[in-house]
Amino acid sequence: MTITPRAMGVAVDRFDGAAKVRGEARYAYEQPVDRPLYLYPLTAAVATGRIADIDCGAASAEPGVVAVLTYRNATRTAAIEDGELRILQSDEVAFRGQFIGGVVAETSEIARHAVSLVRVDYEERPHDVELREGRGDLRVPREVQPIFPMDTAEGDVDAALASAPVRVDQTYTTAWNNHNPIEPHTTIATWTGDRFTFYLSTQGVNGIQAAVAALFELGPDRVRVISPYVGGAFGSKARPHADVVLAALAARLVPDRPVKFALTRQQMFSQVGYRPPTVQRVRLGADAGGRLVALAHESIEPTSKLQEFAEHSTRATPTMYAAPNRRTRQRLAALDVPTPTIMRAPGEASGMFALESAMDEMAIACGLDPIEFRIRNDAQRHPHFGLPFSSRNLVACLREGARRFGWDGRDPTPGIRRTAGWLVGTGVAAATYPVLRLPGSMATIRVGPDERYTVLIAAADIGTGTWTALSQVAADALGVRVEQIDLRIGDTAYPKASNEGGSSGITSWGSAICEAADRLRDELARHGGAVPADGLEVTAAMPENPHISRYAMHAFGAQFAEVRVHAEIGEVRVRRQLGVFAVGRVVNPKTARSQLLGGMTMGLSMALHEQSVFDPRFAQVVTQDLATYHIASNADVGAVEVHWIDEDDPYVNPMGTKGVGEIGIVGAAAAIANAVHHATGVRVRDLPITLDKLLPAA
Amino acid sequence: MRPFRYERANDVSGAVALLAGTPNGAFLGGGTNLVDLMRLDVARPELLVDVRRLTSDRIEELPDGRVRVGAAVPNSDLAADPLIRARYPAVSEALLSGASGQLRNLATTGGNLLQRTRCVYFQNVSTPCNKRDPGAGCSAIDGHHWDLAILGASEACVATHPSDLAVALVALDAVVLTEGADGERRIPITELHRLPDREPHRDTILQHGELITAVELPPLPWATRSRYRKVRDRASYAFALVSAVVVLDTADGVVRDVRIGLGGVAHRPWRALVAEQALRGGPATEERFRQAAEAELAAARPLPGNAFKVRLARNTLVRTLLDVNEGRR
Amino acid sequence: MVDVEVSLRVDGTDHRLTVDTRTSVLDALRERLGNTSPKKGCDHGQCGACTVLLDGRRVNSCLALAVAHDGATVVTAAGLAPAGQLHPMQACFIRHDAFQCGYCTPGQIVSAVAMLAEAAAGWPSAVTADGAGRGGGAVVLDDDEIRERMSGNLCRCAAYANIVPAVAEMARR
Repeated sequence: MTITPRAMGVAVDRFDGAAKVRGEARYAYEQPVDRPLYLYPLTAAVATGRIADIDCGAASAEPGVVAVLTYRNATRTAAIEDGELRILQSDEVAFRGQFIGGVVAETSEIARHAVSLVRVDYEERPHDVELREGRGDLRVPREVQPIFPMDTAEGDVDAALASAPVRVDQTYTTAWNNHNPIEPHTTIATWTGDRFTFYLSTQGVNGIQAAVAALFELGPDRVRVISPYVGGAFGSKARPHADVVLAALAARLVPDRPVKFALTRQQMFSQVGYRPPTVQRVRLGADAGGRLVALAHESIEPTSKLQEFAEHSTRATPTMYAAPNRRTRQRLAALDVPTPTIMRAPGEASGMFALESAMDEMAIACGLDPIEFRIRNDAQRHPHFGLPFSSRNLVACLREGARRFGWDGRDPTPGIRRTAGWLVGTGVAAATYPVLRLPGSMATIRVGPDERYTVLIAAADIGTGTWTALSQVAADALGVRVEQIDLRIGDTAYPKASNEGGSSGITSWGSAICEAADRLRDELARHGGAVPADGLEVTAAMPENPHISRYAMHAFGAQFAEVRVHAEIGEVRVRRQLGVFAVGRVVNPKTARSQLLGGMTMGLSMALHEQSVFDPRFAQVVTQDLATYHIASNADVGAVEVHWIDEDDPYVNPMGTKGVGEIGIVGAAAAIANAVHHATGVRVRDLPITLDKLLPAA
Repeated sequence: MRPFRYERANDVSGAVALLAGTPNGAFLGGGTNLVDLMRLDVARPELLVDVRRLTSDRIEELPDGRVRVGAAVPNSDLAADPLIRARYPAVSEALLSGASGQLRNLATTGGNLLQRTRCVYFQNVSTPCNKRDPGAGCSAIDGHHWDLAILGASEACVATHPSDLAVALVALDAVVLTEGADGERRIPITELHRLPDREPHRDTILQHGELITAVELPPLPWATRSRYRKVRDRASYAFALVSAVVVLDTADGVVRDVRIGLGGVAHRPWRALVAEQALRGGPATEERFRQAAEAELAAARPLPGNAFKVRLARNTLVRTLLDVNEGRR
Repeated sequence: MVDVEVSLRVDGTDHRLTVDTRTSVLDALRERLGNTSPKKGCDHGQCGACTVLLDGRRVNSCLALAVAHDGATVVTAAGLAPAGQLHPMQACFIRHDAFQCGYCTPGQIVSAVAMLAEAAAGWPSAVTADGAGRGGGAVVLDDDEIRERMSGNLCRCAAYANIVPAVAEMARR
């Protein structure tokens, strides 16, 4: 059942705006607590080996030091599956930078200095950190999204490729990217009596609660996690990482005193995951009419020996184009490196760079306009599942984008447009992201005789606008004005919620709220339609969606870019980006636009700037700050236009939404790479597109 | 950060005396680089002598036409100064191309010249570095080469100097005024910074406790025709991959005189004397500009990971020469 | 540890406090005075989240040692307008949705307010046309000027394309 949009669709200023612009919104580390202590971590200086000795004498003697934490005095934690969280349980070192201890002191200055006084001797072992195509130990990842198989195959790809009149066979690589939310990962952990309280910057308080409860073998009711505001996340704050565990271990050493722990920017490069680099081979075969007859997409990526993660770069491919012969293949190598994790549009962001670059190459090889080529190969039913789409408007996005961008009449010849020493080009790429729903969300709604509705759900607002948009959903679910809604999120004291991630928030949390609203209406009816004096309260879980087995559910989009490349120096400037998206109903046009725009700009950043340089000798990212890991600055971003087409999808969820957090980044890098090719004639297949790749050879 | 004492003096000689007795001490100016390095544990002074209020924060024209810039003048003030913008536009451009509005407000003229390298191994105390720890070895030579030197490097160090201002000043033959335990000195800025050779831990020829008090720009009427062009990894707020400063005097299509500096290519701001010599007296044409740039860069010894910087430096210099010659910004 | 006593006037209120010589202005504000409006994003002057007005100028408070700024006047985003009210720049940021997570936002806003004053004083930028503002007149802030002058404040949510019109609206006033 769908709900009638009244509040939804209205561009509302974000409710937390005033607090944020004054800086009075208190993030986790900023919560007022009594007599805090400060934790600074001790990190491993070797990639693999064991600790032969730790001398904490000088650190312990430093005035103001309260405790020195090592594996020797750390609480024994349960042997849970996630190896990333099993820290300080032995003398083993699994990667360089891994937490092996910490100092707790009266001030942050004392704690940090005291850590430098700890002497550690290691027995070092050789490390294995290099991803190569020929490795004998490449393996198929375990399935992370059961509805999307890691490997797919249909027809005879090799035969179709061999006989195809037009072929593209190229390898594309993407770089190691770090999330780098401007707020680092921060925690205040307190152990009081028999329970933990955490203020923490996270995409999901319940995931943190579950991990800590399991590690310390506590009932979940003894782990309270509060995440009031979150200063950006992009996936790094989705899964619990070792920083939470280190803060908890430290808190156990100093009962009743809050332990404050903020990662340094440098530590953010080894502790909280990253988008792993990928090596992707794409092979396309087309017939003389520009129709794909074969499509093969293979990706290899690193993961850590501690914990498996796969950037499922080939995931989007079987959704995109109707080639009768298809194959996708995903392989991993487990290395002595930090554990990668989800980062904005995991899989699609990297994979669609490769696929949509290859599609551009194929369009050129076929002598077709890249938009026309994509339209000819648009899939009517999901190529892998054979299901109809609940709605699919890729073609509409491409056409609308072409109209708004001024694509018509584009001369496809590369390298011929020049203005004041700069070569100018335009490019296009498609985007897609699945409509995901994560299990486990519940919502409580309370109403009093004053007709104010309190909606409780342990959801997160990581900047996405949850506070505002989910209030709009609740208002429409209840058929009341948004001013009557008091939404409370970010606390395990509220009914549990799935993580903020995979653009699933509104789908998962909103569905639970709609269900609770239905129940509340039933309750009200039982009370003759009037709210009793002591109010009403209902709690409901997100229901199943019966349409999931009948329809393939995906958002789509079209990304356009105009770039200038300095003819002599190779600098790239993106003057214009334009995106048109089909993302179902847009709950709050203001905040949704910001999410899409932010994704597109992060895509620009991925295309031109972002690269964590991993030095295999030290098994460490050496560009571990914001002066050497460049993200787009204001001056790097030109005009950005965001549009969407009206899409009424009754199957995805009661709101008709598809999610907007991820899709903005998907295809953005390919559109820019394709525009760079159009400008210069140089096809850059390795991200980021740095100027050395465009500098004239002569 | 190590604990340290903090002192102020009443005047420059007092500050010099304070530091003279503490070998492991440092002057504190704006702090934008020193505090940064102390927090990384790269710099470990036990005493900071604050000189921010001791040296002049004024820009004044001397009777003979020289312009004297007090060492405490913030980078933003120097960049915005009408006299500097009118007479030495490349100095203003160099400053404005560096750092950010916030950093330029804190950073001083003297401190800017004494910035330490941005080499990632120097900044990371868990990797060996001869500059940080003499004799420890250089991690950069077989490491990440992107930002490293192509000219004048040694087997001990391949770092680059990060200052934009210094590149403009070497081209303009600025003079650095200092005061130390042995009295006052006037140091041509082209002699201030060192090549690494076997002592990369010494960035400059300054003695311990020798304080920069001012920078003097000599009169150079044709410096109005100058430009600083910076190439970097993003459009703003990044250190130079390569930069070029050109001061050009032409008449009837002939180069009467020229001054050229290059940044991001060496352990010191690089004065391109070979290119200057090749250009003087010759026609101001693209071909000659290119030959001159190639002559300067003939000595380049890039690393495998930054070989492109030779072409990049050449093209950047040629482009800057052309732009100045044609009156383009 | 070396403790020193310093005075700071923060958002109109005088404070006298004892700090470690190692304590930055940022940490003095956040950890000692409870003013968490300026944020810590990198602690090395590489993000701009800690931007405050220090004696009237925008600076990275993470790189300023409190001991070296004894007696200084500090204005944070929380002090740009009286409690419960918004500075017009703050209202522009809300209207243009010029932020998402809000963590870089106080720094962006302080930076933007100071930047308008710099332009009004004729300070040039890397993209200022030759001579503009040289005579002491104001520099006209087009979008490229705003982009360049605001580049010392990184926004990972990448609200740049909303920040520019927010600042431009103020610049037109």
